[in-house]
Amino acid sequence: MGNDEYQKLNTRILTPSFCVLLTLTLIGFALMAVRFIKGIGAVSNMSDGYPWGIWITYDVATGTAIACGGYAMAILVYIRNRMHYHPMIRSAILTSMFGYGLAGFSVMVDVGRPWNAYNFFIPSHWQANSAMFEVALCVMAYTTVLIIEFMPAILTWIERTEWRTLQHLLNKLYGRLGKPAPEHLADRLEGVKEIAAWLKPRLDKALIFIIVLGITLPTMHQSSLGSLLLIASTKLHPLWYTGFLPLLFLINCVYIGYSIAILESVISCYAFKRPFETAELAGLARIIPWLTVIWLSVVVGDLAWRGQLAAAVSLDFYSRFFLLEFCLIGGGSLLLFSGRKRASVRWLFVSAVLIVLGGALYRFNVYLIGFNPGKGWHYFPALAELLITVGIVAFEILGYQVLVKILPVLPRLHTREQHEAAGHGAAEKA
Amino acid sequence: MRKPSRRQFLKIMGVGGAALLAGRRAAASEEHHVNNETLGMLYDATKCVGCKACMASCKRVNGDYGSLSYERAPFDSDGLWDAPQDLSGSTRTLIKLFKESEREWSYVKYSCMHCQKPSCVSVCPVTAMTRDPVTGIVDYNKNACIGCRYCQVACAFTIPKFQWEKAIPQIVKCDLCKNTNLPKKGISACAEVCPTGAIMFGKRKDLLAEANKRLQEHPGTYLDHIYGEKELGGTNHLYLAAMQFNKLGLPVLKTEAPAEFSEKIQHTIYKGFIAPVALYSTLCFIAIKNMRNGNGEHKAEHDATTDKPKEDGDGKR
Repeated sequence: MGNDEYQKLNTRILTPSFCVLLTLTLIGFALMAVRFIKGIGAVSNMSDGYPWGIWITYDVATGTAIACGGYAMAILVYIRNRMHYHPMIRSAILTSMFGYGLAGFSVMVDVGRPWNAYNFFIPSHWQANSAMFEVALCVMAYTTVLIIEFMPAILTWIERTEWRTLQHLLNKLYGRLGKPAPEHLADRLEGVKEIAAWLKPRLDKALIFIIVLGITLPTMHQSSLGSLLLIASTKLHPLWYTGFLPLLFLINCVYIGYSIAILESVISCYAFKRPFETAELAGLARIIPWLTVIWLSVVVGDLAWRGQLAAAVSLDFYSRFFLLEFCLIGGGSLLLFSGRKRASVRWLFVSAVLIVLGGALYRFNVYLIGFNPGKGWHYFPALAELLITVGIVAFEILGYQVLVKILPVLPRLHTREQHEAAGHGAAEKA
Repeated sequence: MRKPSRRQFLKIMGVGGAALLAGRRAAASEEHHVNNETLGMLYDATKCVGCKACMASCKRVNGDYGSLSYERAPFDSDGLWDAPQDLSGSTRTLIKLFKESEREWSYVKYSCMHCQKPSCVSVCPVTAMTRDPVTGIVDYNKNACIGCRYCQVACAFTIPKFQWEKAIPQIVKCDLCKNTNLPKKGISACAEVCPTGAIMFGKRKDLLAEANKRLQEHPGTYLDHIYGEKELGGTNHLYLAAMQFNKLGLPVLKTEAPAEFSEKIQHTIYKGFIAPVALYSTLCFIAIKNMRNGNGEHKAEHDATTDKPKEDGDGKR
């Protein structure tokens, strides 16, 4: 909306971290090529007992939760009416866009017959009983919504850019040909700008309906990510198998979303040498413990109701992972109950890390660790399988890094000193 | 502003929770009906001699249609055996020998159980897994399948297998020779060739009657249990054996079909698509109200910013 709340980061794109991430991305994509030529078995340790490995567990089930920053921030800003968080929302949406886009992408790597995916759009093939059907449609729709939500940033950029690089390139090309660049090209570029200028205010007016859609869709599919495992009543360990899986997954993604919004802000402020948004972050952090307390009470209450509390503290393999998940989330939340800790960037960071790890571990527990198809089946991801996941994550971070330097995404710095500090930092980096 | 908005927020969370609770309550109300006119097989482990003619016949008949192939064991450097270790992307049915001791042992045959309420059919997002309402055959359509392997996650018997080593893989499972032997000869290939009558092919009601007859006539021979009669809401592949079924690799299961529970929850949340639409409209209402009533300064700022770039554009032009 208010586009002047945001600015682009004026620093170099080619940094050492860019090169590292690019290398990891390329390795990941090369291994994906192997997967498509030689089959999934050639790169992964998945088996008929463990048909879903790290790709589904991390890239889809956990990755979309981590990408829920945009969802959590949109609830806060538009539904709970905290407009002063509005400047943080664009970077949250950008990471969500990458998170979801790449989750969809890794699904295409994971499924065996991706060329049949068009069946999702053919009504005679629809299968409303399937939680997977719901997840697939919602994730596709939500990715589209995120792209539309991010459009204002792109339109602003189109509007304000002077196409200098492009002009330069054209001049050079035509220079080689020994001709001047034709006029109509410049006219066309102006035309694109005009379209962007025409579209933007109209998009701004309709945007609220899209944004609310962007809150509804994750509510639906994040709960359905929990519903996916409802069918596995004989395979999922009773510590995690419950009819409340959809509700638990929904709350889980919201507190992960807020924690990730904190982490993102802290990390990007640190990496791009901008001042920390401590006040906003402390405000965000106030919400998290209430959500985790609700979540933990549902978990404990449900275990007690099903008579599984003894299993939870039996300290066997499953119980240990359960307790670890419980302690990470509980510990992180306890820290955030203290107002003094919330005011410190360091403690905010630590507690957000704990909660994200605990929340992600919960999803791993449900999808992999607590999943036991029976005797004789084992799973631990293969190196190539892990590298594909790493490649996808690297690509995600890479994209974020590059886009914040091209498009107005990060919150605008208001005071002069901050401006100078940023400029200074940028200079240092360059 | 804070209090009402928090209340609204909790209300929204409450709606979701209530829907879920309703799902739990509704779970017991509807029940599926077992159709005993459908086709199935009765495997009698005490009659099986382990000749594996059924395995050979299955591969011969369904090899091309079902994309099956012969499997080499690790020790088989000369390529002399078809030695699958388990059901796999190349093998739809398999005979194993369970050894309790040197004296006590039992053969056991694995293949799709053709459940009355199959989990794989319930979870398939693109209707690639189907259950024929007349024959009861649980069939797989590779032209619809996207290869998500949710059917494998869902199946309590771990029956559907995936072709991990192929660039163009598919799911492999028994379809009672629906497109091969059954239309031609009216019987599945494995039951056709069984020399001892260990595999009986027919309607579920006849199979159950036969199984009960055998249990009554030879009470000492069998465990007094027809595996598959009640398991997971009933299966069309039934078993008789002298040994505990879980030792033969057939898990101890409840009588409810898992798909009933999961579908109830999914149906309750998405019944008539009312809940999502209600959620969307409520959220729209709140969001628009927030935007209107929201702090006036922000509104002004918002207008200013939307107009500004336009001027910029004009200026540049």
